Amino acid sequence: MADVTLTINGIGVSVPEGSTILDAARKLGVFIPTFCYDPELSRPGSCRICVVETKGSKNLTVSCATIARDGMVVETDTPAVLEARKTILELLLANHPEDCLTCGRNGDCRLQDYAYMYGIRSGSKFAGERHTYPLEDDNPFFVRDMNKCILCGKCIRMCAEIQGNNVVDFAYRGFRTKVTPAMDTSLAGSECVFCGNCVAVCPTGALQEKVLRSSARTWEIKKVRTTCPYCGTGCNFDLNVKDGRVVGVTSCDGDVNGRALCVKGRFGYGFIHHPDRLTSPLIKKDGQFVKATWEEAIGLVAGQLGSIRDNYGPDSLGVLTSARCTNEENYLLGKLTRAVIGTNNIDHCARL
Amino acid sequence: MDNVNLTINGRQVSAPAGSTILDAAVAQGIFIPTFCHDPNLPGVASCRICVVEVKGQKNLTPSCMTAVREGMVVETESPAVVEARKTILELILANHPQDCLTCEKNGDCRLQDYAFIYGVKEGGFTGERHNYAIEEDNPYIIRDMNKCILCGKCVRTCAQVEGRAVIDYAFRGFRTKVAPPMNNTLGDSDCVYCGRCVAVCPVGALLYKPMAGKGRTWEIAREPVTCSFCESGCQFYLNKKGGRVIGVSAGSPGLGRPLCLKGRLGMELLYCDDPVTPQLKKGDVFQEVSWAEALGLKGVIDKIKKLEGE
Amino acid sequence: MTNPIGDIAGAEFILAIGTNTTESHPIIGLQVKKAVRQGSILVVADPRKTEVADLAKSHLQIKSGSDIALLNGMANVIISEDLYNKEFVAERTEDFEALKSVAAKYTPEYTEGITGVPAAAIREVAREYAKAENATILYTMGITQHICGTHNVFAVANLAMLCGQIGKPHSGVNPLRGQNNVQGACDMGALPNVFTGYQPVISDEVRARFESNWGCKQLPAKPGLTVGELLEGADKGTVKGMYIMGENPVLSDPDADHAAHSLKKLEFLVVQDIFLTETARLADVVLPGASFAEKDGTFSNTERRVQRVRKAVEPVGNARPDWRIICDVACAMGYAMQYDSPADIMKEIASVTPSYAGISYERLESGGIQWPCPTAGHPGTPVLHVGKFSRGPGKFHPVEYVPPAETPDEHYPLVLSTGRRRAHYHTGTMTMRTGALEVYYSKEHLEINSADAAKLGVKEGDMVKVTSRRGSVELMARLTEIVPEGMVFTSFHFPEVAINKLTNPARDSIAKIPELKVCSVKVEKIA
Ligand code: SF4
Ligand code: SF4
Ligand code: SF4
Ligand code: SF4
Ligand code: SF4
Repeated sequence: MADVTLTINGIGVSVPEGSTILDAARKLGVFIPTFCYDPELSRPGSCRICVVETKGSKNLTVSCATIARDGMVVETDTPAVLEARKTILELLLANHPEDCLTCGRNGDCRLQDYAYMYGIRSGSKFAGERHTYPLEDDNPFFVRDMNKCILCGKCIRMCAEIQGNNVVDFAYRGFRTKVTPAMDTSLAGSECVFCGNCVAVCPTGALQEKVLRSSARTWEIKKVRTTCPYCGTGCNFDLNVKDGRVVGVTSCDGDVNGRALCVKGRFGYGFIHHPDRLTSPLIKKDGQFVKATWEEAIGLVAGQLGSIRDNYGPDSLGVLTSARCTNEENYLLGKLTRAVIGTNNIDHCARL
Repeated sequence: MDNVNLTINGRQVSAPAGSTILDAAVAQGIFIPTFCHDPNLPGVASCRICVVEVKGQKNLTPSCMTAVREGMVVETESPAVVEARKTILELILANHPQDCLTCEKNGDCRLQDYAFIYGVKEGGFTGERHNYAIEEDNPYIIRDMNKCILCGKCVRTCAQVEGRAVIDYAFRGFRTKVAPPMNNTLGDSDCVYCGRCVAVCPVGALLYKPMAGKGRTWEIAREPVTCSFCESGCQFYLNKKGGRVIGVSAGSPGLGRPLCLKGRLGMELLYCDDPVTPQLKKGDVFQEVSWAEALGLKGVIDKIKKLEGE
Repeated sequence: MTNPIGDIAGAEFILAIGTNTTESHPIIGLQVKKAVRQGSILVVADPRKTEVADLAKSHLQIKSGSDIALLNGMANVIISEDLYNKEFVAERTEDFEALKSVAAKYTPEYTEGITGVPAAAIREVAREYAKAENATILYTMGITQHICGTHNVFAVANLAMLCGQIGKPHSGVNPLRGQNNVQGACDMGALPNVFTGYQPVISDEVRARFESNWGCKQLPAKPGLTVGELLEGADKGTVKGMYIMGENPVLSDPDADHAAHSLKKLEFLVVQDIFLTETARLADVVLPGASFAEKDGTFSNTERRVQRVRKAVEPVGNARPDWRIICDVACAMGYAMQYDSPADIMKEIASVTPSYAGISYERLESGGIQWPCPTAGHPGTPVLHVGKFSRGPGKFHPVEYVPPAETPDEHYPLVLSTGRRRAHYHTGTMTMRTGALEVYYSKEHLEINSADAAKLGVKEGDMVKVTSRRGSVELMARLTEIVPEGMVFTSFHFPEVAINKLTNPARDSIAKIPELKVCSVKVEKIA
């Protein structure tokens, strides 16, 4: 494909034909704020926070939806641009609850980031009408607080274009515009499958993971990338860790799944710290399990396996390994079975 | 020293006689919130957020002031305690501006931390709000008394240095305020801008002006440095964001460590990627000055130049 | 899978046979939905009106266990209408004549009689599959958990080879694995007849290589026993001791009561797991392993992509990573098994496994790698069988339809099929303890067609007793049109609905997979 060359803030940049101004700016490392834009979703260009000035055009240009043309001259931080962005932020904040104090997204919220960046104090200019939608938390996975929604529509497009479920959409008009399932029910009463993929793209605290956002502040979390322990798809995600505990799961850009996850991957981590977890080796004595040290337990296992092998031959022993354990563990158990015990009696339950 | 044995949250612990319940709890890793308490600033127990329940006692006890006794049975998160803490937080927040959105202290603020932990949203009581002007008439410290929770730490730390005691409580009741004499601004006082008060303020009432707008607390990593301008060896922090040093803040002032503006400016000059030009008060107004003058080295440098010129 | 997950969305034609993809593999389901949005033809063959069947252009509501007939019927149409890929068949396959002669019998009309799918629909689907630029076949347990499971897989492969819909993007034969690391467990030789990378134990040359690498004198040459045979051996007394890591056969095995009964006869049973599962309760020694969040390692997903698992927190209590436990047991048995880390173990795996030879933790830092990956510079292999099959020409294995081992009769008039629910996993050990999933989906129910329910006097929400020749369970009835008349369905996730007490342990004679998808039951209302 041919390239087009344009100038952004006085610097020349070439991008493939069909790229947007925003793409070109990102290539240069020039920052442009965005709310409704998402590289994987369709582009309504509706939030207008990404406006820039292009020479020769009277109005400001929506950079996420405007195709870069050869010779275009773009400025991203002119007074007119800043003024427009500030006004957009002020209008959004005028209807926004002042709740950062305890909001779960405090510290990882685009509205907040941009307000700070452009120096907008909450409610400073337009003290607008506030919504008083009740908090929707009648499902165990995530909370919807439509008072914090900035109507960017990303959740709608995520649900329609990637999740393919079309559960939520805009309803009503004007100030009453709201994102909701059909008939304005709660998600629990809709076709929602609670994949939480809408939560993953929400730029504010309007959609929040219930456990994660009530147990840690965003800056307290360490993220560790890993692979899902459930089905064979192999989705990647980040375990969110605070004080040595897994408190949640958030999307990363996975090889297989991108940011999408299913309800199990995103909300099924609670078993890790469940009180039923086994925390000590157990040895059965007179029909009852008794806690044992590792030395005792390993000694007993090795002794018993060894004596059965010696008395009845290696083929009197069998090993079942696990489709849930790692490759390394499966390999080692195979090695133990074949090289140490001396039998090929090894299988796993994946046939089931 | 003798140890006494007590029970905290059902756990048997022992602590040196004479220590407080708070000390004993902290030593065990048991969390008790505090606003006005600071081990280096002998206490006043005014904020009451650290109250705990002691078996056999009718009222809740401030743990920072109560000495441990043999056989004491303490609960730090009983329903009564939690209730009391929530009430205190609600009362403070009722007069607190809802400004976390852009507050420089957001993310490193005790009021916010405790509000999150105890699930207190703003507006439990919708109290009267102050409408103090934000004080920015000096180049170093921003004072926003609307956010002050009157913990008094700034007053106490300032008074610890001989001859400073620049600020104190003024007025009473809802009008109580921390201020220099005559309710002047800091810019109009004997303040030396050492930043001791900023270092101890638990909320966003006191801030460093040179760092305002440059980064949010969660983006900033702090790295300690020791000042070498005099033999006191005060501790400062380099504030790093994205690999760049954006400012220097005062460390916790150790006892007998004065902390001074000159030291901090020196650290800024040495370490900051973009040091802000210093200002000194000339007569009644602040004026930009050369680094040599700000650091009190003008005479020395002039002399060096002169000697080397000859 | 012969092809990567990411390329399903680009297929012009998708045949999903025996997979409720959107429910049991939701993220792969997204690819299927995307394909449909983009205009691909989706055909679903499933006795149930599943969610994915709702999306399909045609839903072939076949009788349980009649998959081979359907696939052969399609082959019949494709051959008789001369739609097969002659070039591919000539250049890359052998034994076409054998397929042709078996398929001859399966005229659409004959096939309709077995499967219940109208002949016209079979013709249409066969033509679409053959004519598509590229076409992919997805399947899961609906295909493999039958007495003829291996034959089902052959029938699928026959169809793909017949039309040359393999060895190129957006096509292929794509089993979707139910558990995170089934692929990896098989790759690592957790099978009675092969070492890592499917290197056969009967090969002297292979054994010699492992003997020298593992430093042991003589590795056993005789293939071992499968899980079902091990349990039978335990019952008969020929198997005396077992070491079970991370599996719960007492719930997952067909005829679960029998599994428990067999395990109880062992002289010694050690179970290594993260919970005290139904199987662990029977053990003499229980060793606490670490969850996926508490250890480093790799999983290999269903498209053969080897990916990192990273330690995020310390194991709870005194639990230990499973790889350390295995090393400790080996050492205590007198074999020095020592590694610094799982990265070290992977080095050894790479050195003995040609298909993993180029894989290392350093490389995995920048993303997963799909094996075969023979060298450190090799990019991995997203699509298998491009240009040629690994064994040489692709061989047609014609197969005949056989009815399920158990068919409904007057005593047990209904077919019971089992499967998965989106919010749960396997025997529920993990998903019943998350604080969220089990709150959302807390009770299992029996799907029963309203017509059958009416005959039995069962109403929505009634408790019913489901009984097979082997056992019975009680659960709540849900009246639905998802299952056709004559069929009932439930999942195997809920320990309190131990459905595998009912299922038939009759096994496929080759892969030894039990027939979990079909057995005969009766349903009674509990007063
Ligand atoms: S959504 Fe963002 S701006 Fe709104 S309260 Fe939460 S953190 Fe603050
Ligand atoms: S959770 Fe998933 S299905 Fe539900 S609204 Fe969000 S994206 Fe759609
Ligand atoms: S809920 Fe979030 S993602 Fe959806 S429109 Fe509102 S702000 Fe955007
Ligand atoms: S300014 Fe800060 S340190 Fe001083 S009393 Fe107020 S809250 Fe406390
Ligand atoms: S001082 Fe703390 S609570 Fe007050 S606005 Fe700032 S961050 Fe929020």
